[in-house]
Amino acid sequence: MRGTPRNTTRAVAAAALLSLVAAGCSSGADRDENTVRVAYQKFGTFIAMDSLMRKVKEEFEADNPDVTVELHAIEAQAEDYQTQVNLMNGSPSEAPDLIYQDTFTINQDADAGYLMPLDDHFDTWEDAELFSEQEAEAVTSLDGTRYGVMLGTDVRGLWYRTDLLEQAGVDTPWEPATWDEVLDAARVVQEEHGDAVVPLNVYSGTPAGEAASLQGFQMLLSGTDDGLFEESSEQWVSSSAGFTESLEFVRTIFDEGLTHDPQDALDANIATVNNEERFPGGEMAISLEGSWATQSWIEGANQPWPEWEEHMEFTRMPTRSGQGEGATSMSGGWALSMGAHATDPDLAWQVMTHTLNQENAVKFAVEGGQIPVRSDVAEDPGFLEAAPKAEQFAELVDITGFRPAYSEYPRVSLAIQEAMEVVMLGEATPEEAAELYSQELESIVGPDNVTDGS
Amino acid sequence: MRWARSARWVLPMGPALFLLLAFFAGPILWTVWASLTNAALTGAQAAQTEFVGIANFERLIADTRFREATVLTVLFLVGCVFGQTVLGLTLALLMRNRHGAVRATVGAIVVGAWVVPEVVAGFVWYAFLEREGSFNAILGFFGAEPQNWLFTAPLLAVVLANIWKGTAFSMMTYSAGLSEVPDDLKEAARVDGASSFQVLVHVVLPLLRRTLATTLLLITLQTVQVFTLIFVMTSGGPGARSTTLPLLMYQEALRMGDLGYGTAIALALLVVAGLFSVVYVWMLSREEQR
Repeated sequence: MRGTPRNTTRAVAAAALLSLVAAGCSSGADRDENTVRVAYQKFGTFIAMDSLMRKVKEEFEADNPDVTVELHAIEAQAEDYQTQVNLMNGSPSEAPDLIYQDTFTINQDADAGYLMPLDDHFDTWEDAELFSEQEAEAVTSLDGTRYGVMLGTDVRGLWYRTDLLEQAGVDTPWEPATWDEVLDAARVVQEEHGDAVVPLNVYSGTPAGEAASLQGFQMLLSGTDDGLFEESSEQWVSSSAGFTESLEFVRTIFDEGLTHDPQDALDANIATVNNEERFPGGEMAISLEGSWATQSWIEGANQPWPEWEEHMEFTRMPTRSGQGEGATSMSGGWALSMGAHATDPDLAWQVMTHTLNQENAVKFAVEGGQIPVRSDVAEDPGFLEAAPKAEQFAELVDITGFRPAYSEYPRVSLAIQEAMEVVMLGEATPEEAAELYSQELESIVGPDNVTDGS
Repeated sequence: MRWARSARWVLPMGPALFLLLAFFAGPILWTVWASLTNAALTGAQAAQTEFVGIANFERLIADTRFREATVLTVLFLVGCVFGQTVLGLTLALLMRNRHGAVRATVGAIVVGAWVVPEVVAGFVWYAFLEREGSFNAILGFFGAEPQNWLFTAPLLAVVLANIWKGTAFSMMTYSAGLSEVPDDLKEAARVDGASSFQVLVHVVLPLLRRTLATTLLLITLQTVQVFTLIFVMTSGGPGARSTTLPLLMYQEALRMGDLGYGTAIALALLVVAGLFSVVYVWMLSREEQR
């Protein structure tokens, strides 16, 4: 054993120390009972949630000195934001107590066991009756459990610059009744202004992500006679006439140069550039965009544009040939939900109701360009004054549509974006792209869950 | 006493062994396991992950996106490795026997590119190649129409950027290798009447063979996993024209939340890197035998 015991002892000690350190890392710090961790998104022109949560933190901590509201502002696009929150949710010690959540992901996150049912808390809340029916539907899972409280909803339609349209000889207020009238307006704008102005923006292609799928494609598809998902048979619709017609519209605007260059359209920051630079700078005439676009222009935005009300108008997106209601819209909306591992659900609920109270809901509706889901916010004079288009938006709430909230949807949405992209790049005709989509759809949801819509 | 004797080498190695198992073998085994399940970031599969056998690999083989990404990965790899080797070797050769100041200056510039974090390098190249970037400004001086090079030639753009970033590594290893070549051999060749070029081809390069093989292996393994640079510059686009396997893996595992399928792609990436490594090792041993 020649003098080795001491070395051996040292080695053992080192190994023991190391495993202690490793064990310390893996078990994670114990969660402080008095800390409420909130995860939310802050990206591009969307700073309304950050501004709201900072206010809530300040107020709540002042009223409850022993409580800490820990803010996690995640700066990422919606898709990456959801990924990050899901990664946090995967580990109970990291999971947020309150989550700013896209309502259409509530089903899948509830299935994953990430969310806490809120029925008991909500039913005893005195403000509960102020929330609309639409709100309840959006935050209730397929099995009828409430998993969140909605902050606000939205609609989509055509924003346009009155001066650019008038200069091109288009009468304002502009109320196009068909797709052709939209295209005609874009054509005259192009003739009048040439390369200096992008006549019409329709989000397309994978870099724009969900904006391309929802603001772009589904705003077109919902104006045809077909849809993405057939509710009666609970099947996804493939290669419908409407699908090809929608892609036809995309091809027309890119072929005729009525929209961005494909390389600009495929910039992931296109929405920010559109609303912070192109519209205020008079470089873009019409945009198929969400009702929240105002958040880029109001006081408190990254680059406020105080004169926006003089230049910008909103009009409904017509259906293809004016069929049905004559116009269409799509809606989404975000909610606050509670993590399944919330350390103190009652305390988290207090923070949640404080965030959702009348005063804060007005603030968020104004700054986030939201359509309120609380009746006392929709009627609030402060809101009505700050949101001059609120009435127009509210009209669309009756005819608006929603995404199919199934867990396959994100993949289907990507397939749509890819179909748009091959068309805008001229790599495939609308028919070929629709065919590609059908194949992709079958491989995503399985051949049994697909119908040709006839 | 046998146990005591083995304890004498096992115990000191304990910490290293533990670290290797915990942080190297562990994740690899987990990856293999995950690729055989339907693990997901969210949805019911996240709550109840099930063993699905080789379903992910069957899907992989049928997936056209995977095939395209594999081809792009190989093109990216070959382009980068070839470019880096030629540039790195040329620089190393040119810098031999130069004045110290020249070597220090050139070295600092080239190594600078290598030291820069990948995100920064990606952004620098994005700013250089985009439509309003400096490259178009230079071309515009000669009357060329500006275009977004990341859009018109995405793969070439990321290959160039990666060569720019990686050349320093090749240059440094080749410089080290060249300094090992004995001067008397070169002098002997010159006395026998060989030109500088002949000395290079017949004396220097054969002696550099082992360095060459090792460097090729190392840069292949570095290049095959490049993610940040491509992600910052093109995000794999337009379409999927610069989506290499690491980007596809990211899209599937994190964007789509399909961890099982994503890890299957990771293993496929391991196979691609492994195949290249085997080729180098085989080339090296064949040369040795001659």
